[in-house]
Amino acid sequence: MDQEVIARLEKKAREIRRDIISMTAAAGSGHPGGSLSSADIVTALYFQIMRLDPKRPDWPDRDRFVLSKGHAAPVLYSALAERGFFQTGELITLRKLGSRLQGHPDMKSLPGVEMSSGSLGQGLAAANGMALAGKLDHRDYRVFVLIGDGESQEGMVWEAAMASAHYKLDNLTAFLDHNGLQIDGPVREVMSVEPVADKWKAFGWDVQIIDGHDLGQIINAVVKAKEVKGGPQMIVAETVKGKGVSFMENNVDWHGKAPNQQETEKALAELA
Amino acid sequence: MKKIATREAYGEALAGLGAENPDIVVLDADLAKSTKTIDFAKKFPSRFFDMGVAEANMLGTAAGLAASGKIAFCSTFAVFAIGRAFDQLRNSVCYPKLNVKIAASHAGITVGEDGASHQSVEDIALTRALPNLTVIVPADAAETKKAVLEAIKIKGPVYLRLGRLAVPALHEDDFVFETGKAITMREGSSAAIIAAGLMVAEALAAADELAGEGIDVRVINMHTIKPLDAEAVIRAAQQTKAIVTAEEHSIIGGLGSAVAEVVCEYCPVPVYRVGVKDSFGESGAPAELMQKFGLTSRHIADAVRKIKGLK
Ligand SMILES: Cc1ncc(C[n+]2csc(CCOP(=O)(O)OP(=O)(O)O)c2C)c(N)n1
Ligand SMILES: [Mg+2]
Repeated sequence: MDQEVIARLEKKAREIRRDIISMTAAAGSGHPGGSLSSADIVTALYFQIMRLDPKRPDWPDRDRFVLSKGHAAPVLYSALAERGFFQTGELITLRKLGSRLQGHPDMKSLPGVEMSSGSLGQGLAAANGMALAGKLDHRDYRVFVLIGDGESQEGMVWEAAMASAHYKLDNLTAFLDHNGLQIDGPVREVMSVEPVADKWKAFGWDVQIIDGHDLGQIINAVVKAKEVKGGPQMIVAETVKGKGVSFMENNVDWHGKAPNQQETEKALAELA
Repeated sequence: MKKIATREAYGEALAGLGAENPDIVVLDADLAKSTKTIDFAKKFPSRFFDMGVAEANMLGTAAGLAASGKIAFCSTFAVFAIGRAFDQLRNSVCYPKLNVKIAASHAGITVGEDGASHQSVEDIALTRALPNLTVIVPADAAETKKAVLEAIKIKGPVYLRLGRLAVPALHEDDFVFETGKAITMREGSSAAIIAAGLMVAEALAAADELAGEGIDVRVINMHTIKPLDAEAVIRAAQQTKAIVTAEEHSIIGGLGSAVAEVVCEYCPVPVYRVGVKDSFGESGAPAELMQKFGLTSRHIADAVRKIKGLK
């Protein structure tokens, strides 16, 4: 992988992480932990992998990204703004009355949001629908979807997983944000989903396991996934919840709370 | 006065009852800290089951526990308890009339910043339509604690609709809380406000405002939506001849609808429904949302003024 590309993406990922901190701090609520754990995946998608035109958010041939774990809205909003779908200045309106940046993504209000989400477990089914439509319309766009590991406890995820394989949706690539934490504690303790990679394999998916914070690995995994014919691909991304902010890393307390002023300053300094 | 959220009171009540009632088991779906079942989980870990983010499975498991003699309390946010798991609630819990208590928090728009995906404004409509299910919407912490006791007394499914927001205490002394029996919070004869949940406090504030104008309104706390206290509704219709309902829920299918059904059948008088007007919620601070969605005491008082003219 080209080192310049990686350096550019790493810089972008840092900017996105700073946005996540500033936005949730300004909102006084929100979900930094799961936004930070997926920041590298989302950065790679929006700044390297996906075919997009911010000027034409409804361009029929665009690649699609569905944020199934909708509580990570800040990472999506930041990527969309940094990519030019709207002004970055709007980011601090997150969760405020009248804002297009709703607490959980609202596709009707914000350009670039492909699917409204927030009620966990529903994104893969929607992504399947988009992938099926792509096949029907003979369009070559790809559909990406990001699923949480806690979210994977929802039965609907597995109903959808079965359908993606059944319909041979090789235009669909899913990422699992395997950060090991949910709200009530470690996923292994609350309700284990392990061995999760084997489960996806058993459901008929091509499965890769990567370091979800290594941009080179993320990009290579998608390149390999695109070569798979006849079925959907899962990229299990090993991640750290709260990645990039020392006191948030691997700490379940930072799932759904905003940093105060002091914490915000410390976090932004670490991400400088 | 210290405000307390009804979910807070629920957690406390449940943890308090665990020792004397060994049949109580509690299930949650990865929201124990928010629904406050964490209090019970800490005290009685062997009788607490975190089902993960899997609401449908939680309801189904609770049905099995109840079928085996347990009193199964299930908690998550209202939008997921009733929305995601509706079929399980209908077919595994209500149809076989199992002893499952769905105590769901974060009902209504005062969830606030999380926005529409997390703001349940249709759960009363959905639950009210299910046979065998008792639907209770406590207005403050004290009512919640009594409602938990009532729910345990009932041999069958109960839905307790709880809120995220801290709300004022409405009862100074001890009071009687009986399922299906409305509480008259204030007497009056020019109109009646029938309210539930945190709208009871708004209704009382509206009554204060109207009293200043010489309008004496009755305020009825309809904490049980089902079975509805039809007698209290008919009496209010006959004696005041104008009814305003107030709920933190859609005006379609909720308390207002339930009241209107009774009024139309037994004693037709004008009814005006204060509530969310056929829309989803949105992100914002709870107070801002109450304002925007027309759920404040001012909105109730305006409705009373308007409906009085229709008598
Ligand atoms: C259907 C549903 N149930 C419950 C919730 C509340 N909730 C929000 S995030 C979350 C935990 C998700 O954990 P995970 O998928 O691991 O997310 P991450 O660690 O990536 O933040 C829960 C239970 C929800 N949003 N939707
Ligand atoms: Mg997780």
